[in-house]
Amino acid sequence: MSSLGTRVWSSVGKKLISGLTGLGLVIFVCIHLTGNLLLLVGADAFNRYSYFLEHLGHGAFIYFAEAGLVSFFALHIVSGISVWRRKAHARQVGYAVRGDAGGPSRKSLSSRSMLYSGILLAVYVPLHVAHFKYGGPPIIQLDGHEARDLYSLVVTEFKNPLIVALYSGAMLFLGLHLRHGIWSMLQSLGLLNRRLLPPAVTLAVIVSGLLAVGFLLLPLYVYLNPQVMPLTGGLG
Amino acid sequence: MSTMSFSLRIWRQDGPNLPGALQRYTVHGVTDDMSILELLDRLNEDLIAQGQDPVAFDSDCREGICGTCGLVINGVAHGPKSQCTTCELRMREFRGGRTVDGLLEITVEPWRAGPFPIIKDLVVDRTAFDRIIAAGGYVTVNAGSAGEANDLKIAKPDADAAMDAASCIGCAACVAACPNASASLFTAAKIAQFTHLPQGAPERARRALRMVEQMDAEGFGDCSNHGECEAVCPKGISISNIAVMRREFAKALLGGG
Ligand code: FES
Repeated sequence: MSSLGTRVWSSVGKKLISGLTGLGLVIFVCIHLTGNLLLLVGADAFNRYSYFLEHLGHGAFIYFAEAGLVSFFALHIVSGISVWRRKAHARQVGYAVRGDAGGPSRKSLSSRSMLYSGILLAVYVPLHVAHFKYGGPPIIQLDGHEARDLYSLVVTEFKNPLIVALYSGAMLFLGLHLRHGIWSMLQSLGLLNRRLLPPAVTLAVIVSGLLAVGFLLLPLYVYLNPQVMPLTGGLG
Repeated sequence: MSTMSFSLRIWRQDGPNLPGALQRYTVHGVTDDMSILELLDRLNEDLIAQGQDPVAFDSDCREGICGTCGLVINGVAHGPKSQCTTCELRMREFRGGRTVDGLLEITVEPWRAGPFPIIKDLVVDRTAFDRIIAAGGYVTVNAGSAGEANDLKIAKPDADAAMDAASCIGCAACVAACPNASASLFTAAKIAQFTHLPQGAPERARRALRMVEQMDAEGFGDCSNHGECEAVCPKGISISNIAVMRREFAKALLGGG
């Protein structure tokens, strides 16, 4: 019999890992969007939220959350690459004519491009973190504490059309990835049956669309609304 | 009804690991009710009469129950009609299709997957499936006189679910159609047909672990949940069986099967 490691990294084991990490990442993305939308409420709400997260559990929470996210990302990416490598090995000679069977097939642009949308997101995420998490925002006073003025950083960046275009592009790929990813993770975890499968696909279309639109809303809102300006009148 | 003329592009390959290529053949006088295998029979008669090597392809029952036949026709495993084996595919399905030089064009290719090496032309070696079955697709039975049939009570929904999975004829269209050349639907069906039945209980955990292990060892790809397999399956086996396989595997893994 095979070792536990081989079983965990078997074709089915990898689906369980990919589904579980995918589920975690989707939940994170939903929370992330909810937090981001505070930007629409105003500078104070947004900066207080960021201050709250950074100081939750005396600053320990954020490190746990980040360690979790990094390991989820890593496992998700590694299992995805493994699927692609085995596929390349399993069909070395392709078909001269490629057709779609239609009917109950769930094959779509989204499902066919998971590797590519995934790679783009894997490039985007570290850049995004470097950009906004480690970007040097000015310090403001919040209830007598020093706090980072993340609001002004975000607003300053989203006044730059190039940044707005790059972010919007990335969010379209996020939507594309999740269009297949959300129902696929439920199927990978073995949670679906004949009855639940069609509504799960519909749910994936709706949620991926809402997430993409939600994330697109912020850069466009900041860019197009002249009343939204950095608190400190610009950085640098 | 007028007859049809076809321009066929067929994969020809003399033997395993030899180079192959699509070759063009013309067949006239094709009627609506001919199956595509009868079309190939007709072509082969012509080829033999001309002293040429006939096209090798697999078939047995020619009534959609044995799973021996299987061709990728215009890029779709078992051709354009859903829930239909190659042997049951009638030429009327191709009326109004793509033409070249006034002839209807059809491209015929073998199942393409590393674990299914080509033996000749359109015939592939599918013994990888037999080894997956041998790894765990069986149940233990008491030898001796058969028990009273009604002693073993099985709820109707369980019997139905088992029967749905057991309708797999092992043709391997699922592998041929999968963009990843995964054998997940086949293996899942062969696991799921026992999952719901008391007869399958003794080997339940081992079955899931060993069959998945053998599927991987054969070199099939991983599943990406495209669902193309269900769409080409002549028996319409649902990918919900793949979810069953994953549940069975997870339970066996956690239970230390
Ligand atoms: S020859 Fe038996 S199913 Fe087609």
